[in-house]
Amino acid sequence: MTTTAGTSARGQLRSGTGAVSRAQQRARMPADVSLILIGACFVLPLLWLVFASLDASAGHETRLPGRVSLENFAAIMTQGLLFQPLWNSMVLSAGTAAVNLVAAVLAAYPLSRYQSRFNKPFMYTILFGTCLPITAIMVPVYGLFVQLQLLDSMPATIFFMATTTLPMAIWMTKNFMDAVPVSLEEAAWVDGASGLTALRTIVLPLMRQGLGVVFIFVFIQAWGNFFVPFVLLLSEARQPAAVSIFSFFGQHGAVAYGQLAAFSILYSVPVLALYVIVARGAGSSFALSGAVKG
Amino acid sequence: MAVSLGRDRSGHRRRRPGLRRQARLLPVLPAVVLLLVFLAGPVLWAFHASFTNAALTGRNARSPGWIGLDNYARLLSDPVLPLSLGLTVLFVGGSAILGQNLLGLTLAVLMRRARRTVAAAVGTAVVAAWVLPEIVAAFAAYAYFSRDGTLNQMLGGLGIGQTDWLYSFPMVAILLANIWRGTAFSMLVYRAALNDIPGEVTEAALMDGAGGWQRLAFITIPMIRGSIATNLMLITLQTLAVFTLIWVMTAGGPANASTTLPVLAYLEAFKFGDIGYGTAVASVLILIGVVFGAAYVRLLREGKP
Repeated sequence: MTTTAGTSARGQLRSGTGAVSRAQQRARMPADVSLILIGACFVLPLLWLVFASLDASAGHETRLPGRVSLENFAAIMTQGLLFQPLWNSMVLSAGTAAVNLVAAVLAAYPLSRYQSRFNKPFMYTILFGTCLPITAIMVPVYGLFVQLQLLDSMPATIFFMATTTLPMAIWMTKNFMDAVPVSLEEAAWVDGASGLTALRTIVLPLMRQGLGVVFIFVFIQAWGNFFVPFVLLLSEARQPAAVSIFSFFGQHGAVAYGQLAAFSILYSVPVLALYVIVARGAGSSFALSGAVKG
Repeated sequence: MAVSLGRDRSGHRRRRPGLRRQARLLPVLPAVVLLLVFLAGPVLWAFHASFTNAALTGRNARSPGWIGLDNYARLLSDPVLPLSLGLTVLFVGGSAILGQNLLGLTLAVLMRRARRTVAAAVGTAVVAAWVLPEIVAAFAAYAYFSRDGTLNQMLGGLGIGQTDWLYSFPMVAILLANIWRGTAFSMLVYRAALNDIPGEVTEAALMDGAGGWQRLAFITIPMIRGSIATNLMLITLQTLAVFTLIWVMTAGGPANASTTLPVLAYLEAFKFGDIGYGTAVASVLILIGVVFGAAYVRLLREGKP
């Protein structure tokens, strides 16, 4: 951080002399400094997580651990504390993403390929559905689950969580599908293949990356969801990490902050990794256009 | 996340009997069933249940009775409701419309001027707070604002008196935490919008001698008006629904001082076991969401060329 001034001065000497670039250079230093200050404010709360996880006697305060140790990580590496909840999260999130993807692909195909007077009203209704505050419907959903005796059911929770992200998934899937040119399917249609065959053999393979983005997007949301499983899954054996970490925080009397931080980090790593994959790959997922030219 | 209606694929239309044309829509069915059962159903059920005395336990749990507008009458006379409504408006207005929106725009503008490495590093830090699971972000914020947390450590270092933020100023702590958590979204929206402004426009303004602030006020902001409106709508809806962050940091306390509508609905329904009354609170929240959702859809429809 301290080298910023020096290198930016060198950058000024090197770059061009147009009016735009000169103005940009004048604005560069203050912009760098203010950005770094704001960035520091964003990093500060996260530092606690990292330091506390490595500190066997961590509290609320942020401090460099006197003696770096992996004790916290070792302490939580048990079946009941870490692996079972993470496995539950995995089942819940992968199940949610899978249900989502199947329903979204099926729905997006006719919407993308055939013209119908239902298309636009349907898409706008879906768009409207993305706006519903899910928090607000948790009380009625709980009521519904009680009536149907679905409380504490993993499949039912998966279907509900899939539905909450389904509107967004249908929008994304349709946009990705629109990017696959229809002309590629025409040959298959002429050969007598049905729409769904064309979807399976031609469209889906071409929008593989788009599907990956939708899957990961839904997976990340489900993985981080606390409120839905908190309300719908009651038994400890079924609770995902988001919920078990909360009881870990509340019920174990004196909170072991170091372990809490270690758990938080292990629980966060998968979504951070998946996000990086999406952020890296987003640019290349639209590189299909070449298929028509060739 | 800018959403746009894609083109309809009409390139391949052959004459087919009407029935077969309807059959083509069959694949939409699973999605429609899910949406009806798990989304439209609960919303309708909510409006129904808000007219009953449904409870979590006891006799009213098995056979809830119809009590008409009683819940809403109670809601209107409940002193907690105006407080909760006010806190919700404060939360959305302060952390989303002012905080996330303005900070996101500021970051996006600064990032265009700053060196690329600095912009990338700071962007990563801002996005990290947003990508983390909500409950982890909430723990981090809790530790940051707690009595012996990072904020007080820094204030102490500067020789400024320390306060128990979560107890004395719970809304301040929650507002700041939500700005920290949610600004990335606005930042990403505005970065994309700013990238879409053609370079010639900025260059022409520079030639005419417009300063930085003038360019921002008369060129940049008018040109990204659409993105600003979309962003405001989306972050309002997102912030309206925030529960976990508040629940972990203060659980709505102390003494309702940070009880926004989602927290109030949860408390009434699950802590006090009054499902009917809790659903009435939730219905109010759904109605607010419906109004903003409808406005958002209209905005996008009109924005289309």
